Amino acid sequence: MTPIIDLRDIYKIYYMGENEVRAADGVSLKIYKGEFVAIVGQSGSGKSTLMNIIGCLDVPTMGEYYLNGEDVSELDDDEQAYIRNKTLGFIFQQYNLIAKLNVLENVELSLLYAGLSKNKRTELAKHALERVGLSDKLKNYPNQLSGGQQQRVSIARALAGNPSIILADEPTGALDSKTSREVLDFLKKLNDEGNTIVLITHDQSIAAEAKRVVRIRDGKIIYDGDAASAFEKR
Amino acid sequence: MGFYQAFKLALKSLAGNKMRAFLTMLGIIIGVAAVIILVSLMQGLTGEVTSIFSDLGTEVLTVTVQSRGATRTVDDKDLYELYEANGEIFSAFSPNVTVSGTVKYANTEYSSTVKGVSEEYMEIEDYELESGRFISYADIEYYQKVCVVGSYLNKEVYNGSAIGKYIKVGGNKLTIVGVLKETDDSSEKSGDDLILLPYSTACKVGKTQISSYSFFVRDTKKITYAEDVIGDYLYGIFKSDDYYMIINMQSLIDQMDEMMNTMTMVLVGIAGISLLVGGIGIMNIMLVSVTERTREIGIRKSLGARRRDIMRQFVIEAGTTSAVGGIIGILLGAAVSILLGNLIGIDATPTLLAVALSAGVSIFIGVLFGYLPASKAAKLNPIDALRYE
Repeated sequence: MTPIIDLRDIYKIYYMGENEVRAADGVSLKIYKGEFVAIVGQSGSGKSTLMNIIGCLDVPTMGEYYLNGEDVSELDDDEQAYIRNKTLGFIFQQYNLIAKLNVLENVELSLLYAGLSKNKRTELAKHALERVGLSDKLKNYPNQLSGGQQQRVSIARALAGNPSIILADEPTGALDSKTSREVLDFLKKLNDEGNTIVLITHDQSIAAEAKRVVRIRDGKIIYDGDAASAFEKR
Repeated sequence: MGFYQAFKLALKSLAGNKMRAFLTMLGIIIGVAAVIILVSLMQGLTGEVTSIFSDLGTEVLTVTVQSRGATRTVDDKDLYELYEANGEIFSAFSPNVTVSGTVKYANTEYSSTVKGVSEEYMEIEDYELESGRFISYADIEYYQKVCVVGSYLNKEVYNGSAIGKYIKVGGNKLTIVGVLKETDDSSEKSGDDLILLPYSTACKVGKTQISSYSFFVRDTKKITYAEDVIGDYLYGIFKSDDYYMIINMQSLIDQMDEMMNTMTMVLVGIAGISLLVGGIGIMNIMLVSVTERTREIGIRKSLGARRRDIMRQFVIEAGTTSAVGGIIGILLGAAVSILLGNLIGIDATPTLLAVALSAGVSIFIGVLFGYLPASKAAKLNPIDALRYE
């Protein structure tokens, strides 16, 4: 079976003055369809870099990245945008909704850039909002919603285009424990429905919810295995 | 993202910050309004002056001879010969004598214009007779003390029955033999307030000489040729063009038109500077807006917006801003021009061309000055943009 995400010996090297910083230092990782993977690490460990590369927001300095079997390690700006639009759904810590657009318009955004017709966009966006239980808030603006609701809007936005992978970057970082629980349960539900989910977090209790944990330190993978044994050693 | 969505979004973001939008547009509003007002007023003015000059007759060549210092001279007889020899070019001819004597009837003075003319002057000026007859060849030949009066004197002084009455010009009693139909509004000092007499008589009465000659041309298209015919003749006599002058009304109008156009260009150019400043204002605000919306741009990019999508959004936003400013400017400019036109009594309604041009220019300026901020936005790195606080 072809992995959805196939990172082969990825390096990302920054230069800060004289110093060479290896944010990714020879990372190889395969993620298959239907997996729920948590990438954990302290801040500065390189997990954000990894997430940017996986999310096609950045290209590696060296190494190859196959997404759905296609080499995406040397794409230009617009080609990356196209891949993001077609295959990735992002969920951010700060929700990242556009304040002057209402809930429906926010969810329609990626469909808009995919070039879908107005009717098709509305249909898909409404369906996605239904799945997150916000059908009654279509015309509300983000600032009229609670944090949990906003995060559900951003999940709906990530789902709307039916992406191969949902990439969640600290999705519960700005939420209280109760709403965090809801969001996590929802992500689990999505995973149960067959969606591939990659979760980036520094929080081990969150990571423990995933089926598989990948731990990063200094740009290297230091653990890759099931969640249960990931934390018992410490 | 479609054009229409971008346009709607742009209107929305303008509406969302009305004060800023207004201030951004102010430069464009003032610039466009200034262009419209200047063009309209200048065109109104040109039209007004042209129509005054046209009334003087575009078919007429006026010749003045100033032979002082020349070894030879020409008189009315010579020019009559020239006129008769070129019957295929000219249809009428009249020497003109301006008489400055006082006009009196029953001890009341009038300020009427007094002119000495030939029997063909009626054709030149396109006059019609109300009653009586016009000046005849015999009147000129025999220095008859007769005259034709305009409708003003006929109405005001003689109660409509001027024929057979007399009027005094410079102390000379003239018998009124004809009354002209109204050409103006029969008021004092209008075109209807005049007295015409045989030019020979006028020279005597006014103790003056012929001041100019009018040649009436059959075909206005041949007026330049006619001018050359007269010029060649006079040059042949004087061997120099210092002693005579031929005034062609049409060429005067053309010259004036050209001058007015040049002036309009200069004024519009100056007004155009404020359009430029307005454009820079838009660019400035767009740059601020791009910075403020860095995060939004990051979100859009992460969701799959390509450079050209972002580019289009900001260019359309800038174009919309300046277009809305342009529309307000056009309305304001049109209102002010019409108002000012009414105030000074000219028709200063903006032409479609002026409106279309300023609308086009304002959109162009918006797009031009929106380009830089938009390309800055389009090139933002999504990772940095997403992290931007």
